[in-house]
Amino acid sequence: MNGDNNVQRIKRRLLIETAALAFRGRLAEEIDALPVKLFPKGSTPTRCCIYKSRAITRYRLMAVLGYSTQDETDECTPLSEYVRRAEESRPRSGPILTVINEACSACLKGRHYVTNVCRGCVARPCVTNCPKQAVQIISGRARIDEERCVNCGLCLQQCPYHAIVYVPIPCEEVCPVGAIRKGPDGHEQIDEDKCIDCGKCLQACPFAAIVERSQIVDVIRRLRQQKPVAALLAPAVAGQFPQEFSKLVSALLKMGFTRVVEVAAGAEMTARHESRELQEKIGAGQAFLTSSCCPAYVQAVRKHIPALAPFVSQTPSPMHFTAQQVKQQQPDMLTVFIGPCIAKRREAADNPYIDYVLTTDELGAMLVAAGIELADCPPAEWTESPLPQARVFAVSGGVAETLRTVSPEPDAVRPMLIDGLDKKSLKLLSLLPARGTGGANFVEVMSCAGGCVAGPCNISQPKTAARKVRDFAGLQSPAARAVS
Amino acid sequence: MKPLTITICTGTTCYVMGSGYLLSLQEQIESACSRPVEIVGSSCLGLCKDGQYGRAPFVQIGSTVIAEATAEKIIETLKQQTARKPMEQI
Repeated sequence: MNGDNNVQRIKRRLLIETAALAFRGRLAEEIDALPVKLFPKGSTPTRCCIYKSRAITRYRLMAVLGYSTQDETDECTPLSEYVRRAEESRPRSGPILTVINEACSACLKGRHYVTNVCRGCVARPCVTNCPKQAVQIISGRARIDEERCVNCGLCLQQCPYHAIVYVPIPCEEVCPVGAIRKGPDGHEQIDEDKCIDCGKCLQACPFAAIVERSQIVDVIRRLRQQKPVAALLAPAVAGQFPQEFSKLVSALLKMGFTRVVEVAAGAEMTARHESRELQEKIGAGQAFLTSSCCPAYVQAVRKHIPALAPFVSQTPSPMHFTAQQVKQQQPDMLTVFIGPCIAKRREAADNPYIDYVLTTDELGAMLVAAGIELADCPPAEWTESPLPQARVFAVSGGVAETLRTVSPEPDAVRPMLIDGLDKKSLKLLSLLPARGTGGANFVEVMSCAGGCVAGPCNISQPKTAARKVRDFAGLQSPAARAVS
Repeated sequence: MKPLTITICTGTTCYVMGSGYLLSLQEQIESACSRPVEIVGSSCLGLCKDGQYGRAPFVQIGSTVIAEATAEKIIETLKQQTARKPMEQI
C-alpha cells in the first residue's frame, strides 16, 4: 500500500498537531484533548464509532510521544503524564514498531476463495490441477476445502475467469522475515527477535494498527531549549519537498537547528572506505562483499542469514561517518539524523554519535507545525559539495555507482543489485554464500525497492523523489545516459 | 478538446498531507473522465490558513475548491462540472 492514503494522512495529522503543541510548549496541557479535537462529536467515523477512533488515537499519540503501545498498562495514565515522563531520560532500546491491539482488525488467516464469478466450467482446471484435491464442484460452482488447501495458488493461476482470489493478511504478506504473526487472541504481534525494523508492515496495514516510536517531541524540546542541534540530512531528503534544497536548509535554520549537514558527505566516505575494503577482501580471496549501509538488511543478516555475515562490509554507514565528523568538530552538538527510514532508529540507538532520528514525514510535520512555508524561505547559501554520485546513494544502484566512481579501477567493481527485501530476495541472499553471485563481487542491498527514496516515511512519490535527487546531484538517470 | 486545468496546491502543508501524489494522477483522471486534463502544481494557495475550507491537501478546479482532496473527489467534481454544462463551453 504505497503512496497517499488515509492511514498516511492520519499519521501526518497527528504528527502535525503534536508538533504544533510541542512548539507552543503546550503539550502537557493540551495533548489529552487531541483525540477529541481530531474526532469531534458528529464527525464521520472511519472506524466503528468516534469513541474507538479516539481511543486508538490515544495509543497512536503514545507512539508519537516516544512510547511503545506495550508501555500502556493501566489505561488510566493521561497522555500528559507520558509527556512529563518523556522529559526525563528514556532507554534507547526496546521495540520500535508495535501493534495497537485495539486497532488491529485481526484479519482472517490468508486463504484462497472462489468468488461468484466462477461459472462451473467444463475444463475445471482448478479441480484437475489441485495437488491436494481441495477443490470440488458443489451446485455448479467450485469450492475450496479449507482443511485440505495449502495455499499453493495453482487454482488461482489456472482459472480462465480469474474467479479465484487470494486474500492475505497484509502485514504478514509483506514482512520479509516472518516477524509478524497472530497472537493467541488473533491480533498480530511483532516478534522482536525476528523484526528487522524495515517498516513494511507499517506501510501495509490498512487499519493503521502499527505504529513506530517517534522522537519528534524530544527534538522539538531541544530546539526550544536552544541547544546546539545539527540536522543531518540523508541523501533521500533532497527529493522530499517540491522546493529546492537550499530553501529546506534555510527552513531548518529558521526552525532552530544550529547547522545543517548533508549525509552525502558521509556517503562519500563510506564509498571510499568500502572500495578499499572490497579491494582487500577480494585480494584476500573472498568471493564477494555486500553493502552495509541499509540497517534493515544488516539486521536481516544478523537475525536470519548468519552465514552471510562474513560477507557484509565492515564499513560504517554514511550516518555514522557524518555524525562522527560533526561530534569531532563540535562535541556538544546534538546530532539529529533525518531520513525516510525506520530501521535507522535502531542503528542510531546503537551508535554513540547519533542523538536523535527523525523521519522525513516528521520533518514535514514540523515545518507545517512551525508555520514555515518552504516556498517563502530565502535560499540559504549552500557550499557543501560532496561527490555527485554520493548524493544519489539513496536511489537503488547508487551505492554501487558511487563505489565504481571512487574506485581506482571502476571496472574491477562488478555489482549485483538486490533492489528490495522480500521473502524471495532473502532466499536468494541466503544462497549466496554457498552458490556464489555468478560473477559479481559487490552486492548492493536495499530493503526498500527503489532505494531509500521509496522508504516507509517518505512524503514524495518515489519516482519524483529519485528524479529530484538526481537533479540535485546534477546527474542524469542511467536510462537517460544510455540513450544519449 | 481543450484540457481542463486542475490546480494542485504544493504548499508545504498540502505537500506533507499528500498532494505530491495527486500531481501524478493525470492518466487516471483522464481515463475516468474521458477528457484531457492538465495538472498544474501551484505554490501555496493560502487555503490552509482559512478555516472555512476544511483541511489540506487542497485542489482547485475553476472556482471549485476541494478540501482533503483525493483522486476520487477530483474525478467526482470533474464529472459534476461536465454534467452541468455542454462540453463545448468547458
